[in-house]
Amino acid sequence: MLCDNCGKNEAEVHLTQIVENEMATVHLCPACAAEKGLDEPSKKLPLDAFLAQMGQAALSDEEATIAGPCSYCHTTVDDFRQTGRLGCPHCYSIYETQLRAILRRIHGSTHHLGKVYVPPASTEADRSARLAGLKRKLQRAVEAEDFERAAVIRDQIRELETAVDV
Amino acid sequence: MIRFDLESMPDFGLGWLDASGPSHDVVLSTRVRIARNLQGYPFSVRAKPSDRAAILSTVREVLQRSAPLADGVIVEIDQLGERQQQILLERHLVSRELLKEESAPSAAALIASTSEPVGLMVNEEDHLRLQSLMSGFNPRQTWRVVDALDEELGSELPYAFHHEFGHLTSCPTNCGTGLRASVLIHLPGLVLTKEINKVLQGISQVGLTFRGLYGEGSEVVGNLFQVSNQTTLGKSEEDLIDHLQKIVAQVVDYEQQARSILLRDAPNVIEDKVWRAYGLLCHARALGFDEMMNLLSGVRLGLSLKLLSGPSVYVLNRTMVFAQNAHLEEARDGSLSAGELDIQRANYVRMALTEAEPSAGA
Repeated sequence: MLCDNCGKNEAEVHLTQIVENEMATVHLCPACAAEKGLDEPSKKLPLDAFLAQMGQAALSDEEATIAGPCSYCHTTVDDFRQTGRLGCPHCYSIYETQLRAILRRIHGSTHHLGKVYVPPASTEADRSARLAGLKRKLQRAVEAEDFERAAVIRDQIRELETAVDV
Repeated sequence: MIRFDLESMPDFGLGWLDASGPSHDVVLSTRVRIARNLQGYPFSVRAKPSDRAAILSTVREVLQRSAPLADGVIVEIDQLGERQQQILLERHLVSRELLKEESAPSAAALIASTSEPVGLMVNEEDHLRLQSLMSGFNPRQTWRVVDALDEELGSELPYAFHHEFGHLTSCPTNCGTGLRASVLIHLPGLVLTKEINKVLQGISQVGLTFRGLYGEGSEVVGNLFQVSNQTTLGKSEEDLIDHLQKIVAQVVDYEQQARSILLRDAPNVIEDKVWRAYGLLCHARALGFDEMMNLLSGVRLGLSLKLLSGPSVYVLNRTMVFAQNAHLEEARDGSLSAGELDIQRANYVRMALTEAEPSAGA
């Protein structure tokens, strides 16, 4: 298949988009793709560009100079703008304010409502939070009449309750 | 843990092909993956080779004690030849990210259970990507298997977790639950009735997204779409799974309706299309991959509409996997030019399809 843009080289990059309600696939050779900023999807996903853009929008230059680099992994705001990737868990604390804005735009929320994770060496407070999470989960399973799952969750609750008693 | 050997395990990771799952005439497979990172190490993008090696050895040690994976197979990517790496990719067992070169795939590994359809990638974009792939439309069960593995690993390995943001991932698009659930769905009816764009638009408005056969950035071929949740934060895992279940069930309904309409309004056109696809697959002497996928789509539709009585959906699924480039090269034990690949592909397909000669359906 030849490149849609130059019509000369073999197309290697295939981009499917929805434009004005129509699904369209563009086939491009690496050279033309690079020209359009789509070279090597695995290296430079449109998502990265999107994130980088959001990073820029979310961070005024003043904020950018205040935050970072990450004291643990040395990731700078520019690194994040370029790659759309954070360097380590600690980055989430360093760039907390900025990330909150970004997360809200990506997910429409900043609050994790899924399972509450308890690390292996957990504190009593972690366990209570987890127990509360499991009880909510049990409630939902019962409401959904998924009794098989409810039984599994009930066992997890028992296990955790015994652990707390000890 | 056993070392990986393609020779001795030809069906490795292909349990989903058997078309045993719910709605398997529309939904080929369901995949669930969750992203996890370990505390105390930088994310993969910043990890040094020593970090990566430490992560892999920690995970291996814990897995020795974990029920579903103690008897698992470990595949260390840098010990495989390029073709074998491609085979794993063609089987959807690893991502391009895991194989990609610039992050030096040192200590990158796939670990898979031999008894259950569950496993994990180590040192991918995130330290761990727990995953399961099952036949048909089965988000809840697929999630349960991954969840069980997560509970087991998480109770021994300290994950990077934030009280507000949940599980922390290298890319903020995955943080929170780290959960991506997707179905590989065959929608020829909606494509032929030209309703597909409406449906794809619809799903994107309710928080789902679609991609081609090989995930991000890949092209849609053979009327196969991968539909998955768009967001990972702000909803519980069950809600994300239930939402996908609900919306995809509707898409399956629309697809079935579209197929009935086609059969009612243009039975001769559809029958002709199906048999032509079948005829070409049985007799062509050279087949490109996209061409094959489009023709297989026609045969798959014919089976579902009972216009053909064979081959089985299993044969079609298997052909989709085994008639890909790296699989064909492996079977011939040598690299093939593009032209030779197309010839070998046609040979493979012809053999696979004519083993069980169909007759006109009811």
